Amino acid sequence: MRIAAIKKWFDERLPLQTIAEVAREKEIPLHRQTIWYYFGGMTLFLFTVQVVTGILLLLYYRPNSESAFESVQFIITEVQFGWLIRSIHSWSANLMIATLFIHMFSVYFMKSYDRPRDLTWVSGVFLLFVAICFGFSGYLLPWNKLAFFATKVGTEIAGVVPVVGRPMLRFLRGGDDVTGATLTRFFGFHVAILPATATALIVVHVLLVQLHGMHVPAKYEGQARRMKFFPNFLLRDLIGWILAIAVLAALAAIFPWELGEKADAFAPAPAGIRPEWYFLFMFQTLKYLPAKILMFDGEVVGILAFGLGAFVWLIIPFLDRTDSHPRRRMVFTIFGIVVVLYIAVFTIIGYLT
Amino acid sequence: MNRRQRVCDGRLDMKGQRPRRCCGFSRLRFVVGPLVLLPFLIIILSSYANAQNPNPQKKNSCYECHINLEGRFGDPARLIKNDIHYSQGLLCNDCHGGDPTQDDKNAAKDVRKGFIGKPKPTDIPAFCGKCHNDAALMKKYNPALRVDQEKEYLTSVHGQLLKKGEQSVATCVSCHGVHGIRAVSDPLASVYPLNVAETCAKCHASADYMSKFGIPSNQYEKYKRSVHAAALYDRQDLSAPTCNDCHGNHGATPPGIASVANVCGQCHVRQAELFQASPHKTVFDNLQYAECIKCHSNHDIAAPQDSMIGTAQGSLCITCHKPGDKGWVAAGEMRSKIDQLLAGIARSQEILNRAERAGMEVSRPKFDLREATDAVTHSRVLIHSSSPAELDKVADPGLSVVAKAYQAGQAALAELRYRRKGLAVSLVFLLFLALLVYLKIKEIERRQPV
Repeated sequence: MRIAAIKKWFDERLPLQTIAEVAREKEIPLHRQTIWYYFGGMTLFLFTVQVVTGILLLLYYRPNSESAFESVQFIITEVQFGWLIRSIHSWSANLMIATLFIHMFSVYFMKSYDRPRDLTWVSGVFLLFVAICFGFSGYLLPWNKLAFFATKVGTEIAGVVPVVGRPMLRFLRGGDDVTGATLTRFFGFHVAILPATATALIVVHVLLVQLHGMHVPAKYEGQARRMKFFPNFLLRDLIGWILAIAVLAALAAIFPWELGEKADAFAPAPAGIRPEWYFLFMFQTLKYLPAKILMFDGEVVGILAFGLGAFVWLIIPFLDRTDSHPRRRMVFTIFGIVVVLYIAVFTIIGYLT
Repeated sequence: MNRRQRVCDGRLDMKGQRPRRCCGFSRLRFVVGPLVLLPFLIIILSSYANAQNPNPQKKNSCYECHINLEGRFGDPARLIKNDIHYSQGLLCNDCHGGDPTQDDKNAAKDVRKGFIGKPKPTDIPAFCGKCHNDAALMKKYNPALRVDQEKEYLTSVHGQLLKKGEQSVATCVSCHGVHGIRAVSDPLASVYPLNVAETCAKCHASADYMSKFGIPSNQYEKYKRSVHAAALYDRQDLSAPTCNDCHGNHGATPPGIASVANVCGQCHVRQAELFQASPHKTVFDNLQYAECIKCHSNHDIAAPQDSMIGTAQGSLCITCHKPGDKGWVAAGEMRSKIDQLLAGIARSQEILNRAERAGMEVSRPKFDLREATDAVTHSRVLIHSSSPAELDKVADPGLSVVAKAYQAGQAALAELRYRRKGLAVSLVFLLFLALLVYLKIKEIERRQPV
């Protein structure tokens, strides 16, 4: 009786009935490629893990160059289960980027960005950029030697962009060098600006997905069976999430994320500085570029090419249009395969060299 | 058009055939010619420049004449360019007298104008001392430079022998060189720290030369094997001692038995202090033992080893002490304490490394363990007190640091085992939960097929 009263109280104030109706109505198409539908939800789940573990880390983390390293050390040695939270945060960040890539390429190859889902793609690519920024800013926060020098190299690369490079470098570093000011700044990006941006983008992205429903590849259109989102699909999602927690727990316990040595600006750069794996293909490409391409600086050309590449990736739905000739559409599929192969090969080379 | 012009126009060669590159070269020769000549021009000009008076502001007929002479007569002029005195604006006549403004040889070497020529070895200290003893004069050039070199030299074995008329002993020029004298701070100077031993060895490593004075000639060879030489040459540590740091430079003399400890104590201050207060001091004095040298030797001082103390074979203590005497017991105790510390450090390091390899964070206990390593170093110094009680004051806290580090390693490994067990339990739980959800899906879909 009392529960019914509470429900009624909320019903009068919130459109709960409508939401429940939408959930009941929502259906997931069933075909041979349905498996890829899980990766969007998985990425969102891992993002939630990031938010929860991130908040827990915030209870102890101190964002200044004098005590950042020590505070992380304290978290993993003194705080009860601090090691678990910190390791899960680091592992989950990497798994999230991995599932995000899988989600993005599955959408790309199934051409799920076709009108009217082009805006969903654009919001998704922006989410990719935000995730990468999360990774770059979070990497520095433990203030260890490798992160310090990787950030130095990373921001230096940003600094070579013509015209805006130098001001951008100063903005990112909070000065000319990577110092405590950079750490404080990156902390601000990581825990305030990026989460706010990500949340807004996720809301838009998820709303657009709900609005347009799941896309069915042309091949399976018409013959697709459907499954209820609630509870059938959501419960399957749940199994995936439980398994993700199991994987995260195993990684954290068996391969705890290393802390390394405290950053020292006066120490020589350690051998083998390399960025996080998802930047490796770009880093490796820049290494291969000659010092001069025609009359331009090789590095500048490389960075501008990556910028252009990212922009093309963002506007893919407007280049590869639904009503284009199938052969033209095929060109974009081949382009996608080339991109995947390029990223894979250069990442592997980056690890081996 | 004559034949030559036609040849150069590329139409015909001198034999009447069409040449291939005649004209190209014809134009190029205007460029190639000067380019080929350029190196010769540079050589000629630089030789010309070298032959110039090195100090063109002042007329220097000595230089102008001597630079054209062969062998030892020309050497002074050739060497003077690198000389510290010359770089300070001094000319030949500032040391040798005479009148360098005169082109005539006799007028330039006029004894009435103070011409000295080449001084005899016995005169050299006073010759250099003329300026180097003059504080007011030296201040103009280098206010930090001492002005007692000659006085000190006369107290040295070299100086004493020279006073007795021995002309083959070292004087100023034997070590500093003649005409090419460089500042001590110049790495090319014969008296630069890295070159001092070689400079002394020129005479002291020569058995023939030294036989006359009845002293050994193997000091240099021994020194090169020493821990001091390793620091100086291998680590390029210019503060490491070379000959003059123990023997003095201008007042070079072998330190007597009584002063050895003072010599070594210049750098090894703490060891010297401890030794002075130790029971060994009186015994060594009574037995006329040259303190430090007795255990460490002199020129070929090796890096000290822990095996030098204790009661085992190879220990230096047992060369004097007999089993059961007070010194024997003390030596055994001190060695045993250092061994305990070393073994403890190795054990703790091993367990911490094991934990680290397993991914545990143990950098703090590893850092703390450095205190134990410091305690070993300090204990090794305290051996010079010959007092096990003094050594314990440092070694015991070191041992407790070692114990704490070992405990931290054990705790890290225990934590690792706990994590693995916890993981196993949570994995079972999570997989069970996933199975339940799976069964729930099956149950729902049995009731209501997709």
